[in-house]
Amino acid sequence: MDAILLQILNGLDKGSAYALIALGLTLIFGTLGVVNFAHGALFMIGAFCAVTMQKLLSLEKVALSETEKTPWGTPAEIRTPYITDWFGDFGTVLLEYSVLVSILLAVPLMMIVGVVMERGLIKHFYKRPHAEQILVTFGLAIVLQEIIKSWFGANPIPQPAPDALRGMMDFGAWMGFQAGTIVYPLWRFVYFLFAAGIIGAVFCFLQFTTFGMVVRAGMADRETVGLLGIDIDKRFTFMFGLAAVVAGLAGVMFTPIVSPDYHMGMDFLVLSFVVVVVGGMGSLPGAVAAGFLLGILQSFASMNEVKQIFPGIDQIIIYLVAIAVILLRPRGLMGRKGVMET
Amino acid sequence: MGILEVQNVNKRFGGLQALNNVNLSVREGSVHAIIGPNGAGKSTLLNCFVGRLMPDTGSVMFNGQSLLGLKPHQINQAGVSRVFQTPEIFADLSLWENVMIASFARRDGAYRLNAFGRVKADGEIRDHAERNLSDVGLASKRNMIASALSRGDKRRLELAMCLAQDPKLLLLDEPTAGMSRADTNNTIDLLKRIGESRGITKVVIEHDMHVVFSLADRITVMAQGTPIVEDAPENIKGNPKVQEAYLGGAHA
Amino acid sequence: MLEKLRNNDTAIMLAFTAMVLLGPIILAPFGAGYPDLLQRFAIFGIFAVGFNILFGLTGYLSFGHAAFLGIGSYMAVWSFKLLSMSVIPAIILAVLLSGLFALVIGYVSLRRSGIYFSILTLAFAQMCYNLAYSVLTPITNGETGLKVLSSDPRILDGASEGLPLPSVLGLRMIDTWRGSFLGMDVQFNVGFYFCAVILIIAFYISLRIFRSPFGLMLRAIRTNQARLNYTGINTRPYALTAFVISGMYAGLAGGLMACTDPLAGAERMQWTASGEVVLMTILGGVGTLIGPVLGAGFIKYFENIFSKINDNVLSGFLDFLPETLREGVVWVMGAFVGEGWHLTLGLLFMIIVIFLPGGLVEGFNRIIAWFSRPKGGDKATARVPAE
Repeated sequence: MDAILLQILNGLDKGSAYALIALGLTLIFGTLGVVNFAHGALFMIGAFCAVTMQKLLSLEKVALSETEKTPWGTPAEIRTPYITDWFGDFGTVLLEYSVLVSILLAVPLMMIVGVVMERGLIKHFYKRPHAEQILVTFGLAIVLQEIIKSWFGANPIPQPAPDALRGMMDFGAWMGFQAGTIVYPLWRFVYFLFAAGIIGAVFCFLQFTTFGMVVRAGMADRETVGLLGIDIDKRFTFMFGLAAVVAGLAGVMFTPIVSPDYHMGMDFLVLSFVVVVVGGMGSLPGAVAAGFLLGILQSFASMNEVKQIFPGIDQIIIYLVAIAVILLRPRGLMGRKGVMET
Repeated sequence: MGILEVQNVNKRFGGLQALNNVNLSVREGSVHAIIGPNGAGKSTLLNCFVGRLMPDTGSVMFNGQSLLGLKPHQINQAGVSRVFQTPEIFADLSLWENVMIASFARRDGAYRLNAFGRVKADGEIRDHAERNLSDVGLASKRNMIASALSRGDKRRLELAMCLAQDPKLLLLDEPTAGMSRADTNNTIDLLKRIGESRGITKVVIEHDMHVVFSLADRITVMAQGTPIVEDAPENIKGNPKVQEAYLGGAHA
Repeated sequence: MLEKLRNNDTAIMLAFTAMVLLGPIILAPFGAGYPDLLQRFAIFGIFAVGFNILFGLTGYLSFGHAAFLGIGSYMAVWSFKLLSMSVIPAIILAVLLSGLFALVIGYVSLRRSGIYFSILTLAFAQMCYNLAYSVLTPITNGETGLKVLSSDPRILDGASEGLPLPSVLGLRMIDTWRGSFLGMDVQFNVGFYFCAVILIIAFYISLRIFRSPFGLMLRAIRTNQARLNYTGINTRPYALTAFVISGMYAGLAGGLMACTDPLAGAERMQWTASGEVVLMTILGGVGTLIGPVLGAGFIKYFENIFSKINDNVLSGFLDFLPETLREGVVWVMGAFVGEGWHLTLGLLFMIIVIFLPGGLVEGFNRIIAWFSRPKGGDKATARVPAE
């Protein structure tokens, strides 16, 4: 029982990332009818927002010490981050929580990136065939990841989680099992809560605001909503920006779990597409459910007991599920009947 | 026993009973028109004949063979061709190629791998396609790309493709929709001529009463998913049930 | 005049054959006349020509063709290890095995069309890639890649002395004659000519498919698959045949890669490699005969040039600029060359899709149409029919 629970927990963090990326992909596909292969790159850019913030915050002032000497007899250097110099202890706290601080940077930045992308490129591809949409966004993804690569280099850049959130939590004791049977890194749990919060916020936004209502109506029938005299295009541009923000935040918070590198976006994109297909093209709850489901399945497949029976199953389980779903239930787990079934 | 026998066909979409216990018999060699107000289920019925939709219950027999559960290409190879409401053609290909595809389908069946033959060197197919293009009066435009045609010509091209297959049964879904009066009359003449020279059974869905009464020798009136009257054209006009169906449909 | 040439298959084949066979001479002035690059032109030309039979004719966009390339490479290396260093059995086996994989993968993937098809093929290719790196290590030798060893059994020609090299009819693939032509150094390499002959055959087969009833059906699938079904054609076996043929072309290309350089690694199966062949095809011109070969040559040529340029070379070029300005320009341009070649590739990808979806062939056609337009003549007569 506790082993099963542990695997479910292990699947949650990846599942959260899949769910968040897939949510954005589905929003874009549902509202704009565009297949966005550059969405993984948005996730990656988000992650590098965290890297940038960390670098900015730890910019240091170098002073020469008057008393202390290095073993070579020269004055020792004293390095203090500007941020502590300016704000004192509060600055240290800021530096400590740089991952969370980068959210402040990521939200406006990703919104701008998303809006520019939609207005500058995607907008011209609404009426063009899906194949061309795939190709042009694929090209864009390559461009974005190469820019990041030339700026930050090809190696993963580790990002620390805040000290307070770095440890392990003993889930077993908490849930009433024997202590020490289910230990789980605290940050992953934070990530899951964060993802759940974002998902909840997006759903509330779509459900309870007029804006969201129009967007949902637009997803169902774009032309009619356009006829009602509502400027649907502006709202869809904002939706694209929102999807970019969601992907970016998923990236920011993911950095302490896996050190970001320039091709993390591509890795996640392929899987997130599979998630969207499994959940059902155009179904938001489907995307979220399938994201968590596949994350957890993957975690089960990487158990040693399973791998002994089916070697390599952890590498391919998601693809196998996707193939089965596409063949047996093409509209996906929660897709509407008739939406892109063939 | 007609060439097409439809018995007790029902089809439901969610809460809507689109087809309600439809029975229909089409005599071989006849032109059978199906008319009725919008939403009467005419197109739904046609979709059940060509494998686009599967009825919930009932049977559709063509020439003694059930069409239900067959794939569209199997139904077509059995001898049923269809002209669609909006012309379905190969827009990127030339008119000639459009009709040649139909000629190949007639001669070589549903699948034949011929990767080394030359389309242009196949005299039999060329002549056959050419003949059918002339029949609809498009021979002079044979090298044009189909997307450049006017809407009326696209329809004629689609008709030529269907004719090139020598179908036993031709289904026409509003063959004159959106045409000018002159084009409509041309199409009527064309269909009559072809009907007489080839003896193809036709089922026509049409709104334009002028077309219906010029072509049909049997008319079925449908309303709310059910055929209400079937009779010869001269008896249809005065039938009170027909008037009620159209007027009632307008009021509802 | 040009129109007639365009439709005369014999003329097309003669011109193509001459261009390919004289490749070492024609390309020598461009610095591309050396065997390694010429071989890559021919091999990726074959890959793209095959991909075009699927994507160009049927419109099905596969994102997994690199898997067949990888499978062909592995098969060829195994043939070198187990059977013989002769390339003939190696490429035959590579084609057959990749064809078999294409049959299975195509059978499943073609049950869907549009983006579902793309994602299905992508999923299969990623599966092959992941498996090649993990559990299939005994067959693929994982990250190190599969190599030919002198201790391999090779039941047909026995263990040979020294490091064995792939050969055909007693000629080793790496044998090269050097000559001089108009003062240029020209290299005639066995490996290149072997690939070139196969490219010519592959191109001829593609030409015949384009002109055949089969090719007509494939183009009809691309235009209006539903109509084709209602015209009595079973489209799925046609598409599957095209898929298998293009998979075999990819396997052939993979086998040839192993013939010219007998090792195989999983990175050949990665999805970026699948993206590359898509780019080659659209860059040259989707659905045109010669386009994919042009696209493959174009990309491999610029990859070669661009990735060799580094900051020093750039500074050398820009010697005439003042110091500070030069540094800036070198810094900006440096992002696009050397390691940054992929950035250029991505930009090129976008530019082509946005501005020239018909690729280079359409570009040439437009230029020709522009020049051949009669002065003051109306635009309609200058329209260039689609190839």
